[in-house]
Amino acid sequence: MQLALTEEEAAFREEMRTFFTTEIPQEIRDTIASGRHVGKDGIIETQRILNEAGLAVPNWPVEWGGQDWSPLQRHIWHEEMQLACVPPPLAFNANMVGPVIANFGSDEQKKKFLPATANLDIWWCQGFSEPDAGSDLASLKTRAVRDGDDWVINGQKTWTTLGQFADWIFVLCRTDPEAERKQKGISFILCPMDAEGVTLRPIQLIDGGHEVNEVFFEDVRVPAENLVGEENAGWSYAKFLLGNERVGVAPVGATKRVLASAKDIAERTGQIEDPLVASQIIELENELLALELTALRVVANSDDGKPHPASSVLKLKGTELQQAVSELMMDLGGTLSLASGAAEGSDVPTWARVSVPTYLNLRKASIYGGSNEIQRQIIAGTILGL
Amino acid sequence: MDFTLDGEQTALRDAVRGLLKGYDDSEHRREVAGQDPGFDEKLWGRLAEMGVLGLPFGEDDGGMGAGPAEVSVVAEEFGRVIAPEPFVEAVVLAGGLVAAHGNDEQKKEILGGLSSGELVPAFAWSDPTGGEGGVTVDGDTLTGVKEPVFNGGRADVLVVFAAGRLFLVKGEDTQRTSYQTFDGGRAARVAFDQSPAVPLGDGGDATETTKDVIAAATVAYCHEALGAMDSALKKTTDYLTTRKQFGVTLNRFQALTFRAADMYTSLELTRSIVIWATMVLADESTSAEKKREAAARAKLQVSRAGRHIGQEAIQLHGGIGMTAEYSVGHLTARLTAIDHLLGDGRQQVRNLSRRLTSYGVVEPLP
Repeated sequence: MQLALTEEEAAFREEMRTFFTTEIPQEIRDTIASGRHVGKDGIIETQRILNEAGLAVPNWPVEWGGQDWSPLQRHIWHEEMQLACVPPPLAFNANMVGPVIANFGSDEQKKKFLPATANLDIWWCQGFSEPDAGSDLASLKTRAVRDGDDWVINGQKTWTTLGQFADWIFVLCRTDPEAERKQKGISFILCPMDAEGVTLRPIQLIDGGHEVNEVFFEDVRVPAENLVGEENAGWSYAKFLLGNERVGVAPVGATKRVLASAKDIAERTGQIEDPLVASQIIELENELLALELTALRVVANSDDGKPHPASSVLKLKGTELQQAVSELMMDLGGTLSLASGAAEGSDVPTWARVSVPTYLNLRKASIYGGSNEIQRQIIAGTILGL
Repeated sequence: MDFTLDGEQTALRDAVRGLLKGYDDSEHRREVAGQDPGFDEKLWGRLAEMGVLGLPFGEDDGGMGAGPAEVSVVAEEFGRVIAPEPFVEAVVLAGGLVAAHGNDEQKKEILGGLSSGELVPAFAWSDPTGGEGGVTVDGDTLTGVKEPVFNGGRADVLVVFAAGRLFLVKGEDTQRTSYQTFDGGRAARVAFDQSPAVPLGDGGDATETTKDVIAAATVAYCHEALGAMDSALKKTTDYLTTRKQFGVTLNRFQALTFRAADMYTSLELTRSIVIWATMVLADESTSAEKKREAAARAKLQVSRAGRHIGQEAIQLHGGIGMTAEYSVGHLTARLTAIDHLLGDGRQQVRNLSRRLTSYGVVEPLP
């Protein structure tokens, strides 16, 4: 047992902290700190600054811009980024399609896509879920049929996050409907969003925002070379991708930051004098500490970089706490939280105006990335042997 | 940073586990706990031979000179089988106070005797009103009542907290009424009537020292609780995979397996924070205040998780979990006792509330 970071690790943390707080524009960090969205341009600008410094895609292979870091270093990078209010690299690029192409793609695909993906010159979106394939993703129906040198795609995807900004989409398609197991007949195909026959329709969410979309494919033709890896092996790539998705999915640093800001608000508004408010903050701080230490325990004792079985705990508890802190923020707002539609210049403080949209928006956290019920299933099945 | 045990710590764990193996049979534990003094004196002697009873004390005082990590390893093994021997009470708490505040002669005598198994000390702390007073100092004597004093009936010597100071009083110089606690342990009403008392150390104020030792004992109790929670979950998952109802084993019912998954989540979060608290205690660069805070944080989590896991372990077993013959109820009783020893969850929230506005985020690393 050893608590302290090594000198090198401590220096690394300092280096990250300094970079994030000095190199990312203050305006972008202020926007995040106040709970507002930075928008497409802010995300792109940030990712390019990070990429220039080799900090956008550290989990990729070194030859494609990754870093030869330990799991603990990667954890420190991720936490410090969140604590400094830096918008993280776009997950669809950095955590999802990038690692899949780097691990399973052809040399041509790597050359064509990886540098542009790291630099967010290409904005990717995810074509996984369908109206009838949510948690049971492998039952997806979108078809891709080989026709000469092309794949012809027909079907519908949904919950496509930020698809309205996307240049490309990675799509799970059924390529062998006769396969003995439904997981066996799926392929991973790359498709430009401006291909003929691709239509995007926005889905309005309960927070009033436009974040996700439906994407329709009608006789969309993409060249055969857009298949990643082997035909009908797409499910294994999808599982690899979802494993990566879960690792960074416990937003400890960001939730800590929001909780600290809630505490500050409670102090400024005098609500911290209410012992019920104070004790709620203490309990949340403690649970978050236990979560952060669990994340540290997982990374400190895993050298192979594979997702730890306890990563389901991180996803489950991490999203619950993220939601609980957003709920606290909303309660601190009280009646003021109803002023959500007020424009800048309103006398109601920003934190109170954004509190309910944030609370409503974050209901998604326990649903995406493998719903929390799926995580319980994983814990019960693979860890407890039930 | 490293949350794992090294080779020597693993060997210590295995040795203690081997020594406590008899308690794998919960009926044996019930028998031992059912007879006074509530633990196995022979086993206590073997623990002394192994060095466990002198683990945290200096070698000059007959101890092993080990640190918080080793203490935690042992406490966790005690919790795993809810061994009734008073390791945390006698060694970490009462012994810890003597080690921290006693003079050389007192350390040699009491810690030497404790390490060799010849002398059992107990800490007389709580008074019957729920506070830590109850006893007044009059010259070289103490008068008043302390209750409940854990293992106070068996103790050869009592370390008494009175008026902010610590005193040593021989057990035989007090009037004691011993009884069983709900977890199978022993507590006593200890009455002092002008009982001869020797000041511990220089006899000066011991409030701060006591808080530090209580923090160390709290973390040891947290590890004991962790061991008990681990066992409670293990017994529950074993039961779910073997017990049949409606023609199938219980693990076919998702309503039950999801609850077991939540118990696992509670357990792993607790494991992380409890190991962390031990590492904080062992970290030389950390201040006494931060060590107390770490103990409070670990205990708060243990309080919450102990209730969750203990209650669910019984519920998922159904009626059998209610019986004295079966062990999950005993594990839950011990978790409930630990919850209320040295400050329960609510008390820890109060402790933590004092500093709440003095920092932004909780920073786990030094």
